[in-house]
Amino acid sequence: MRHTISVMVDNRPGVLSRIAGLFSGRGFNIESLSVNETLDPTMSQMTIVTRGDDRILEQITKQLNKLIDIIKVVDYESSGSDFIERELALIKVNVDEHKRSEVLSIIDIFRCKVVDVSRTHYTVEVTGDENKIQAIIDLFRPLGIKELVRSGKAAMLREHKIKA
Amino acid sequence: MTKNPSKLKGAQILLECLHREKVKVIFGYPGGSVLDVYNALYESNLQHILVRHEQAAVHAADGYARVTGDVGVCLVTSGPGATNTVTGLATAYMDSIPIVVFTGQVPTMLIGNDAFQEADIVGISRPCTKHNYLVKSVAELPRIIKEAFYIARSGRPGPVLVDLPKDIIGAEIDFEYPEKIDMRSYKPTYKGNRRQIVRAVEEITKAKKPVIYAGGGVVLSNASHELGLFARQFQIPVTTTLMGMGCYPGTDQLSLGMLGMHGTYRANMAVSSCDLLIAVGARFDDRVTGDLNTFAAGATVIHIDIDPTSISKNIKVSIPIVGDCREILKDMIEVAGEKKIKKNDRKAWFYTIADWRNKHSIEYQMDAVIKPQYVIEKLYELTSGKAIITTEVGQNQMWAAQYYIFDEPRKFLTSGGLGTMGYGFPAAIGAQVAHPKATVIDIAGDGSIQMNIQELATAVQYGLPVKIAILNNMCLGMVRQWQQLFYKKRYSHSTFQRHPDFVKLAEAYGAVGLRAEKPGEVESVIKKALAVKDRPVIMDFVVDPEECVYPMVPAGAPISNMILL
Repeated sequence: MRHTISVMVDNRPGVLSRIAGLFSGRGFNIESLSVNETLDPTMSQMTIVTRGDDRILEQITKQLNKLIDIIKVVDYESSGSDFIERELALIKVNVDEHKRSEVLSIIDIFRCKVVDVSRTHYTVEVTGDENKIQAIIDLFRPLGIKELVRSGKAAMLREHKIKA
Repeated sequence: MTKNPSKLKGAQILLECLHREKVKVIFGYPGGSVLDVYNALYESNLQHILVRHEQAAVHAADGYARVTGDVGVCLVTSGPGATNTVTGLATAYMDSIPIVVFTGQVPTMLIGNDAFQEADIVGISRPCTKHNYLVKSVAELPRIIKEAFYIARSGRPGPVLVDLPKDIIGAEIDFEYPEKIDMRSYKPTYKGNRRQIVRAVEEITKAKKPVIYAGGGVVLSNASHELGLFARQFQIPVTTTLMGMGCYPGTDQLSLGMLGMHGTYRANMAVSSCDLLIAVGARFDDRVTGDLNTFAAGATVIHIDIDPTSISKNIKVSIPIVGDCREILKDMIEVAGEKKIKKNDRKAWFYTIADWRNKHSIEYQMDAVIKPQYVIEKLYELTSGKAIITTEVGQNQMWAAQYYIFDEPRKFLTSGGLGTMGYGFPAAIGAQVAHPKATVIDIAGDGSIQMNIQELATAVQYGLPVKIAILNNMCLGMVRQWQQLFYKKRYSHSTFQRHPDFVKLAEAYGAVGLRAEKPGEVESVIKKALAVKDRPVIMDFVVDPEECVYPMVPAGAPISNMILL
């Protein structure tokens, strides 16, 4: 099963390498990864998407916790709470005369943005969950994608819902 | 913070910090990048043992740490000096031994430049240290050293490496040694969860066929006394792992001896048929468990360990208790209070165990040639079981574990996790430095002794009377044994055509060399060796090359599935 893990770490050189080394050394997989500074610049926040059964996930979170530079580990799936997951993609898509209107209508439907324009290509910025990104890629693919860059996931727990 | 700061160079700061950490001895080897430190050492009263290879420096510091419980310390230069420590670090890491290794590094400006004797030792050692540091400014040096010692000895102990660029150890600052450690990301748990402890005690009082499975964690947390009280209060038989040897007296009635691949029949049978397994400071290593599905299959498992990653890693645990073994055993005794199990209440269980004991699994046949087991029995007898024993790896290690019985912890030093050939002799040097008057014996094979034989020069230089007992079978015994049993006797590259004359070799180094070729000579050779007090001794025992270690459980088989002699 796929799990999204949030890892709060000391913002020091070498931390990413410790985590990457832990995953490769113990045969765990990283499906996606994103890292950036938090509000407190001495800390960084990593979001790691990984895959495994309960036993493997238990080991992953315990092994991460054991690393000296790691402050906090939360496995969103196992936490039982709802969470928001987003990723970003930049897609450079073909726009010759016949395709331009179709591209624009897809952009409109998916509420994404054109961030760069040339005579032959539009660069489209899209954020959303994985399904949305996959859907838009599938729609653009027949029109011709020149280049595609996807970020790792960013994730966050939802606040408790207000009771009705 | 300490008052009256004074300006010191990085090198002096290092020595001052070692002094504050109460380090008495370091094992090292100088070189270009650490010349400033060696220059400062010139007028220091810190004892420095000059080894002949950096790997040996780490094993010696490791041996020192194992016998004393203090942090062992090494100092080596950059590049090859640093890379030579890797096997020693990995050895200490697998066995959770607290050491701090200081490596030189090229000046900060040159890092990444492929400079002379540059190696990315922080990168290289990352997976085989508990933590490591590259010091980037002299101002952070005192804090890093303080943290390094703290991390090495606290929680589940382990090796820490501190990489010191040449310009950092040459730079000056006002020295202040931090008195406190504040690491938001590292806070080991010592106290066990009370509710879990209560649950565990309930299970223990209910159990009919309990077994304690005690490992190296008991030694590391100095919990032998508490383990003894606990086992006797509840009348629970104790089996120890290779790393736990001596944490419960081997000659005690409740002792089952070692378990696992070369364990005793009674220990393996008891674990296979117990209804409650209490694992204390042990990690369910594959050499212990064999086939995981059948290991203690009918038992409720209580697992006490300071490292949460050890729990439920290999075996599903019913009652995990994370914390320090000693603290938790104390709490369990306290929770149990007046509850006690009498010997009589365990009559049936003890009866079954006595039956297994009668199998005499640790046994060999005498012959006209020297049997290696006989040598160890004689060593045990002639040292009254009081020696510090180190081992190399392979048959010598297993026979030492089977035939030398330990009643105290910190007396048996062996590379249990990594299985490092060449460990025993330098570890014995470290142990002898810690306890100059003790009898320290390295039980070695003719293969592994040659992996760090150069340290004879070190032992001679410092007058360390380490005894080396070579069980010389002219082959890599354990490799040969597996080839005999599992590879149709195809002895591929496991027999040595030539060896040096170990007696002459010892003499060439200025050590004493002795040889026994017949069983009748064994005792007098050992006696002569034990009488030497000022230099190392090699005892070359020419033993039966065909001898195998029994009992044996084939790798991956259930541990009740033992090949007996």
